[in-house]
Amino acid sequence: MARLRQCAIYGKGGIGKSTTTQNLVSALAELGNKVMIVGCDPKADSTRLILHAKAQTTIMSLAAEAGSVEDLELEDVLKVGYRDIKCVESGGPEPGVGCAGRGVITAINFLEEEGAYDDELDFVFYDVLGDVVCGGFAMPIRENKAQEIYIVCSGEMMAMYAANNIAKGIVKYANSGSVRLAGLICNSRETAREDELISALAAKIGTTMIHFVPRDNVVQRAEIRRMTVIEYEPGHKQAQEYRDLATKIRDNTNFIIPTPITMDELEELMMEFGIIDQEDESIIGVTAAAEATA
Amino acid sequence: MAALTKEETEALIQEVLEVYPEQARKDRAKHLAVNDQSLEKSNKCMTSNRKSLPGVMTVRGCAYAGSKGVVWGPIKDMIHISHGPVGCGQYSRAGRRNYYVGTTGINTFGTMNFTSDFQEKDIVFGGDKKLAKIMNEIEELFPLNKGISIQSECPIGLIGDDIEAVAKKANKEIGKPVVPVRCEGFRGVSQSLGHHIANDAIRDWVLENRDGDESFPTTPYDVAVIGDYNIGGDAWASRTLLEEMGLRVVAQWSGDGTIAEMEKTPKVKLNLIHCYRSMNYIARHMEEKYKIPWIEYNFFGPTKIAESLRKIAALFDETIQAGAEKVIAKYQAEYDAVIAKYKPRLQGKRVMLYVGGLRPRHVIGAYEDLGMEVVGTGYEFGHNDDYDRTIKEMGNATLIYDDVTGYEFEEFVKRVQPDLIGSGIKEKYIFQKMGIPFRQMHSWDYSGPYHGYDGFAIFARDMDMTLNNPCWKQVKAPWKTAESSNVAVAASA
Repeated sequence: MARLRQCAIYGKGGIGKSTTTQNLVSALAELGNKVMIVGCDPKADSTRLILHAKAQTTIMSLAAEAGSVEDLELEDVLKVGYRDIKCVESGGPEPGVGCAGRGVITAINFLEEEGAYDDELDFVFYDVLGDVVCGGFAMPIRENKAQEIYIVCSGEMMAMYAANNIAKGIVKYANSGSVRLAGLICNSRETAREDELISALAAKIGTTMIHFVPRDNVVQRAEIRRMTVIEYEPGHKQAQEYRDLATKIRDNTNFIIPTPITMDELEELMMEFGIIDQEDESIIGVTAAAEATA
Repeated sequence: MAALTKEETEALIQEVLEVYPEQARKDRAKHLAVNDQSLEKSNKCMTSNRKSLPGVMTVRGCAYAGSKGVVWGPIKDMIHISHGPVGCGQYSRAGRRNYYVGTTGINTFGTMNFTSDFQEKDIVFGGDKKLAKIMNEIEELFPLNKGISIQSECPIGLIGDDIEAVAKKANKEIGKPVVPVRCEGFRGVSQSLGHHIANDAIRDWVLENRDGDESFPTTPYDVAVIGDYNIGGDAWASRTLLEEMGLRVVAQWSGDGTIAEMEKTPKVKLNLIHCYRSMNYIARHMEEKYKIPWIEYNFFGPTKIAESLRKIAALFDETIQAGAEKVIAKYQAEYDAVIAKYKPRLQGKRVMLYVGGLRPRHVIGAYEDLGMEVVGTGYEFGHNDDYDRTIKEMGNATLIYDDVTGYEFEEFVKRVQPDLIGSGIKEKYIFQKMGIPFRQMHSWDYSGPYHGYDGFAIFARDMDMTLNNPCWKQVKAPWKTAESSNVAVAASA
């Protein structure tokens, strides 16, 4: 059988990483691949569409209950959902306490030691918390883990900033290991010339926009039912978009060390596409009241 | 061997610095000096309280060591929780020989280790709930404790646990002082910042507890002994003298000390500071807030003891001044006999010291009383105000070394060839194997007390016992024998 491919999905918070990942993974499973999702976010919402569940019981919460992570067995934490997709969630603390990053590290170490990455698997997808806030959230891209990184973004300013920043993070690990940027996934917010813009950004960073996923309400309709579009309405054109994305990822060989751009270059690019206006230095630091009297 | 001249000492420092790479050489040069008594301020010749260089051997500790190990740990009727993984508490348990009176495990807890024993899940989910639970368990299992302190280990600061909130809640529930101390080991360059943080915690969580409470009957002769950790019984030997001269020792910090004594300290008339380095902060605070004056004193050796007793007495009335003279006279026959017995055996012997806190300068007088000379000294974690106080105590052209590295210390010793070295357990065996008599001057080598007139007798006996021990005639490093026999073989071949 083919080598196990480990992929990590990064991107700005709220961009649609979990939804995209679960639809993509469902499509890969539909194509006959054995896939596992590892949720690396204390919110634990990376597997609910596959399991039709509210939130899967996480490795860390089970470990806390049992006493330590050494007391757990793989079958305690591994759930199987739609088309035999294996699901685990690392879990972690509520906002404001403890160390979520350490939770990710502990969980991934546990999966490795317990042999969760068995020979049967074709793909593992790590769905990682929005920002790489500390070393723990970079765990999935360290040596011997994810080798392909996909960044979910859109034509919005902050999403592009985030994508470029994540590319910077990848460079650090790429230079010392085998992790590579594998492409940008544009999850459309229907901004002007979005596909061109993201393609241009991808080109500057040294990669490609692997697929443009259009916006469609069927995604939300499926989500309400805790399902992916692939499962809820397999005949819908949106399901086909995810299938296209899955096929492109399956056939992808374009793995590169990114060349992130400077803030000025990024702003220039956004100006070119009309996302932001030419900076008017005369208005900087001037309040509305001051403007009114001026 | 004859004493080094100023030029020779300077040359020695340069020679020792030679092996370092340029950057390290520049940095270390600022920490090594030739003493010059004419200087008023040590910053003319020294830099201190800086980060140790990577790659050198330093014997410094961390902020947790400064707070839990030094300042808080000896408060005997409180339970000090080493909050974090188990090692910090376990490997610092009972290590400093802070003697105390009490029944361990019942009403005193000095040599026990209480820890929250952090596991992965405590890091990930935070340790606040566990901490609250531990405090309830402590109340159940050790009901005679008089309070709890929370000594933070590194992870507490990293994961952002709110130990202050837990402490406040526990304080309400159990009705005893609960003191959170943010002494995470990674803070600061040595244990010194831990002392400061611990002092600040006393200021913020303890000293105000009896403000406005006038129920404690005071006298004009109330003093507090601050910065005596009662190592081998030091504080007891000191307290006797103060009491005999007519003072009332209301509080003893922190060796054999209690939380109640700490709380009553703002009621005293004078604070007496022995270890300036670790407790000057709280003395300054009490001076500012409660208008309590403070002075430093030195109870090592009869000369310094008499000087200190008179200096303390001068701040009181004639009764106390007469009391001081009476104490000095009372013990004179005793310490004269000690000097008469040991001085002839120790006269002219040269000592190098490397210790922490107050000892690098405070014990010099005691050696001098025995006719000995301290020819090199240095502080592990001193600041420049420590070196300011050291310049006048040391002879001209002697060596001063700050945060000395293992390499530098060995090289200095090889050249200066002292008759005795006083330092810690990490240095002890190196120098003994070099054939040099050695005394641990942190733990008094499991002897003591060394403070007070009683302590001086023990100090003198210990120095003699070590220096004049016949074993040194038998000690020859194995490589020295091998080398000499090799040379002999080569010569005859």
